[in-house]
Amino acid sequence: MSSIAVRTRGRFRGGAGLGLVAWLAGIVFFLPIAWMALTSFHSETDAATNPPSWGAALTLDGYREFFGAGGGASPWPALINSTVASVTSTLLVLVLALPAAYALSIRPVKKWTDVLFFFLSTKMLPVVAGLLPIYLFAKNAGMLDNIWLLVILYTSMNLPIAVWMMQSFLSEIPVAVVEAAQIDGARLPTVLTRVVTPIALPGIAATALICFIFSWNELLFARVLTGVVAETAPVFLTGFITSQGLFLAKVCAASLVISLPVLAAGFAAQDKLVQGLSLGAVK
Amino acid sequence: MTATTTAPAAAPQTSAAPRRPSARLRAWATRAPLLPALIFMIVVTQLPFVATLVISFFDWNSLYPDARHFAGFANYQEVLTDPALRKSVWTTVLLTVGVVLASLVIGLLLALLLDRKFRGRAVVRTLLIAPFLVVPVAAALLWKHVLYNPEYGLLNGLLHYVGGPQPDWISGTPLLAVQASLVWQWTPFMMLILLAGLQSRDAQQLEAARVDGASDWQIFVHITLPHLRRYLELGALLGSIYIVQNFDAVFTLTSGGLGTANLPYTVYQTFYQAHENGLASAAGVLVVIGSIVIATFALRVVSSLFREEVSRA
Repeated sequence: MSSIAVRTRGRFRGGAGLGLVAWLAGIVFFLPIAWMALTSFHSETDAATNPPSWGAALTLDGYREFFGAGGGASPWPALINSTVASVTSTLLVLVLALPAAYALSIRPVKKWTDVLFFFLSTKMLPVVAGLLPIYLFAKNAGMLDNIWLLVILYTSMNLPIAVWMMQSFLSEIPVAVVEAAQIDGARLPTVLTRVVTPIALPGIAATALICFIFSWNELLFARVLTGVVAETAPVFLTGFITSQGLFLAKVCAASLVISLPVLAAGFAAQDKLVQGLSLGAVK
Repeated sequence: MTATTTAPAAAPQTSAAPRRPSARLRAWATRAPLLPALIFMIVVTQLPFVATLVISFFDWNSLYPDARHFAGFANYQEVLTDPALRKSVWTTVLLTVGVVLASLVIGLLLALLLDRKFRGRAVVRTLLIAPFLVVPVAAALLWKHVLYNPEYGLLNGLLHYVGGPQPDWISGTPLLAVQASLVWQWTPFMMLILLAGLQSRDAQQLEAARVDGASDWQIFVHITLPHLRRYLELGALLGSIYIVQNFDAVFTLTSGGLGTANLPYTVYQTFYQAHENGLASAAGVLVVIGSIVIATFALRVVSSLFREEVSRA
């Protein structure tokens, strides 16, 4: 008995030491982001020093510059475009994925696993596989630099993930609940909005957040298919690729502001993040 | 619809034969909710790929549209013999394998650390996830300008304190610089998957092993690793699928220069700047073939995890 007590105490002490290592690792990984945040509040001259100026005076100049105070292009059109593309495509994904997931879980079609894996396999087709025809199509159809083209492409990009996630959430709903509603005469749209959605709401919300993140982050399609009018936030950021003199505070402010929606959505969906990223394979 | 609502489950078995048309109708009613999503995916993802496949057999520069003609496998031959394109195949392999392996190993260590109870575990978890939640272009800009800058980047700033050298990270070791920034972003992804794997271990089995006097190392080798195997595979395969396609980091950090152009970047450049549609398509098809090889394994792993999940339910 006593030997077990000694062992557990030893284990505990080792655990505290490893806890410290974990903290250290967390800080190392977070350091670039913390430094980015700090630099965004520094003046440009304080931002570009070696050794780094940790305690320099704080200012909002970087943010003012980013939002166009210095005469640069305003980021607002790009931020609005990104919001439109991400939110609209996410809604479209939900509208398409919810009935599909229903037909793959609650009232499954024959060979529903095959269908599920077809959706997954499209996710494994690289973007560059269809980029050129899509570009040529957009050029001929006059859809270049059109945010709605991105909405459609982002929907196709996220639909497989959403179908997989929702399939696993919906399969947890007892079929009896759905059947009871159908016996009362409810048709499919009513069943989906009044019965299925309220029960699966946490899962649907997490799915939406993950789709939002992927759409917001996307660069390749946006870079190739948009120009001046439909430019998204990541494309706006590519304007900072070449150095422009002292501009570190501005770059940090821009990167932080544009990452903020993703950070917020990601932390909100933290518990379901793995499930979404692993396409539902890991719970 | 009214027929199905009255007797949802019992009817089909008893009277399937005499009511054939209605059974077929019911099958279509079951399929209907699936069709919009299915048709959408086929139109938006499969048709363009077929078009890519067709274009890849044509010699077609969009600056000289009249000179377009069927070229057979000439584009493939050119992709596979052109030194620059061949190099980009090799770069893609190096980039993907390096990033996946490094982030998998670091992710495993972090997951093992996070699997223990300690003060502030939730905070550390959040700190570790954060890099994955920075917009990829923003992360690449952060590394390029704020960390790697040879004069006033944070890395050289920290080296300054210990009197270390002041390397020019991107010019000196371009591929490594791209890889490091990607490892930073993808380690949290691996960590999350592996942590989920660790937490799905059988607690009773672990306790039994401990009571029987197994050491931490023995438990790790004989219980944890075998259990984690498929999670490691899943992380490696999904990571590969995402990183093979990486465009953002290469585009931002080096603009494909200094020998870091991977296949997606090369495809982009071939048609967007060089206007060589046929060549770009052939390179695109090669990326797809590479992805299919990875994806076949990935699908197998996902399906084995999935079947286990279904049978458990």
